[in-house]
Amino acid sequence: MENLLEVQHLTKTFTFGSVISRVKITAVDDISFHIKPAEIFALAGESGCGKSTTARIIMGFERATSGDIIHNGKKEAKNEKVWFTEGIQAIFQDPFATFNPLRTVERYFFETIQNYRLATSRSEAIERIDAKLRLVGLTYDDLAGKYPSEFSGGQLQRISIARALLTDPKLIIADEPVSMVDASLRMSIVNLFKRLRDEFGVSVLYITHDLATAYYVCDRIAIMFRGKIVEIGTVEQVLMAPKHPYTQLLRASIPEADPAHRWQGVIRLSDAEQEEYLRQGCRFAGRCPHVMDVCRQMTPPQFDVDGALVACHLYTKTPQSDEVLIASKG
Amino acid sequence: MDATILRTERLQAFYVLDIYGKTKRIKAVNHIDLAIRENEIYGIAGESGCGKSTLLKTLAAAVEPPLRVIDGKVFYRINGAEVDVAALSAEEKRQLRMTYLAYVPQGSMSVLNPVRRIRDTYRDFIESHRDVRQKGEIFDLAREHLLELGLPPKILDAYPHQLSGGMRQRVTIALATLLKPRIIIGDEPTTALDVVVQRGVVQLLKDVQSRLRNTIVLVTHDMGVHANIADRIGIMYAGKIVEEAPAERIFRAPSHPYTRYLINSLPRFGDKTVRESVPGSPPSLANLPAGCPFHPRCPHAMDVCKQAVPEFTHVAPDHKVACWLVEGEGYGKSA
Repeated sequence: MENLLEVQHLTKTFTFGSVISRVKITAVDDISFHIKPAEIFALAGESGCGKSTTARIIMGFERATSGDIIHNGKKEAKNEKVWFTEGIQAIFQDPFATFNPLRTVERYFFETIQNYRLATSRSEAIERIDAKLRLVGLTYDDLAGKYPSEFSGGQLQRISIARALLTDPKLIIADEPVSMVDASLRMSIVNLFKRLRDEFGVSVLYITHDLATAYYVCDRIAIMFRGKIVEIGTVEQVLMAPKHPYTQLLRASIPEADPAHRWQGVIRLSDAEQEEYLRQGCRFAGRCPHVMDVCRQMTPPQFDVDGALVACHLYTKTPQSDEVLIASKG
Repeated sequence: MDATILRTERLQAFYVLDIYGKTKRIKAVNHIDLAIRENEIYGIAGESGCGKSTLLKTLAAAVEPPLRVIDGKVFYRINGAEVDVAALSAEEKRQLRMTYLAYVPQGSMSVLNPVRRIRDTYRDFIESHRDVRQKGEIFDLAREHLLELGLPPKILDAYPHQLSGGMRQRVTIALATLLKPRIIIGDEPTTALDVVVQRGVVQLLKDVQSRLRNTIVLVTHDMGVHANIADRIGIMYAGKIVEEAPAERIFRAPSHPYTRYLINSLPRFGDKTVRESVPGSPPSLANLPAGCPFHPRCPHAMDVCKQAVPEFTHVAPDHKVACWLVEGEGYGKSA
C-alpha cells in the first residue's frame, strides 16, 4: 500500500544567542517515518523532544532545515499550500485557545468553507457543516450563533475536529488533542478518532505524551527523545515489550490505575535539558543504566529488533542472519 | 487508626456575584464533610469545574471575595486541640500558613518571582516565619533542606526561567516543606509535567510524607497518580463528595455510577476493549439540577434522583457513597 505521508530525514535547527555566543539546538534530528492510509500513528515523547516541531513542519508553520515531506507522492512546494492543507488538517491542544472568544464558533466553519470553496450557497454550506457536526455528535443548531465560552472543553475539541473534517482530509494532525480535556471526557475524543479511521479511512498523526491512550487508539508508534526517534514499531511491540532503555523508563513511569501495582524503585531525573541536546553520541547515555563506552562516542543507528526499529547500541550484536528471520516468520 | 487532623462540617462556600443587580450564586463547595487523618495521603479527584480548587481554598482558610463561606466550619487539630479556623485572626492565620499548613500550587512558574533568584525567595520565606538574623544562617538552612530532598543546592543561585518545569515544581515542593508543616495541600502538583518528571515529583512527595509523617491532601484529575500515592480517595462531583473510600476499594469496587465511569474509562496496557466516557457534560455550578446533580448524565436515574439529594450510605467500613441506587439495594443501611 502506498504511503499517505512520508517524512524523510527531517532536521530542524534553532539558533539562539548573538554572534559571539551562538547556541544551536537541533530540535528535530534526521527523523524518518511514514503514515499509511487509514492508520493512527502516534508520535510520543516528553515535552521538548521535538514532536510538536515535527507537526508544525508538516503543517507548514515552520520551514525544515533539511529533509522532505512527501504527501501522496508529491513533495511540498511553496505555492501548493491550498492543495496541501486540503488533504491535511490540524487539531490543536488547547480548545479554549483555538477559538477566539469574541467570535462565534460557526464563523470558523464558514471561513474554512470559503477558503477552500467548498460550497456555492449558504444553505449548501450549512448542510455540509451539519453533516460534519453530526459525525462528532452535535448538530448545526447546537452551535448556531454561540460563542466558545458557551461550550465545555470536550465539546470545543469535538467542534474543532468537525471543522477539520470539512475539507474531507485524508490525514488529521492532532497535537495533544486530549491533554487539556477532562479525564472523564477524554475517551469520547479518542473513540472519535477510531471511528474516523474505521468508517472513513482517515489517518491520524496523534502527537501525545500519554502512552496509555496511545496504546488504546494507535496502530503504530514512534518514541522521540531529544529530537531523535529512538524506537518505532507497532504499539504492541513498542509498549508491551519496549527495547530501548528510554522507552523502558517511559513505560515504567506511567502511573498504572491500579493501587496493587504501585511504582517500585527510584528513578533519576535529568537536571540539564540543554546538555542532553548537545551531547555527542547517544543522548540518553547520561541516564542510561546500560551505558557503554561506544554510546558516548557514536550516535546509534537503527537496528531491526523483531520488526521494531530501535536506535540503541545494545542491539548491535543482535543476529540479523537468515535463521532469525525464518524463525520469526514461524 | 490515626486521629483526625483536618475536619469540615457541612461546609458550604459559594461565589456570590452581583451582575447588574442580579445575584448569582456559584455553588462550588456544597455540604462537604471531610475527616482527614494524620499520617495519610488523601486524594480528591474530579473533573475541572467541580469545585476542587475552591475546596482547597476554604481548607487553607484563604477565602477572599467573591468567595464566601456560607455555612459550616473547618477545624484544625493543633497540639491535640481542635481549632475553628473562622475564629482565628489574620495574624494567627498567617503564622499557621507554611508552618502548620503548606500549599503546593499547580503552576510553579507563577509562584516563583521571575526576576529574583531562588535563594531570595527562600530568604523571604524564612525571614517571615523564623527569627534568623544572619544571612548565612538562612542559606545554610536552605542548602541543607535541598540536600535532604536530593536536589542540587546550586539551584539557589538560578533564576526560575533557568530551571526546567519539573525542577521548578520540585523547588516549590521543597519550599512548602521547609518548615515541616503538618498538612501539605497540593493542587494538581503533577499536572502539565512529563510522565518521567511526574514520577519524580510523586516520588518526592511520598518521600517527604514518610519522613515527616504528616498529612497530604492531593487534588488531581489523574486517577493513575491517585492509584500510586493516595491512601484514601474522595470523588468530587458538582461541589459534593459523592464517594469516599480507601484507594484499593475505589479502584476495585466503585459504587457510584460516576466513579464507575471514571474508573472504567481509564485506558490500560494490554487491553484494547472499547472504553466509554461519561455521557453528557458537567453541570454548571450556578444552575445545578434538582436532586442528585449527576442524574441528567446517569444511566440508572430514577424518579427519586430528580427530587431529593442522596445522603451518604456506608457500603463497607470506611467506604461511603451518596447515591439512591446504593440505598435502594439496601447494603447494610446501619453503621
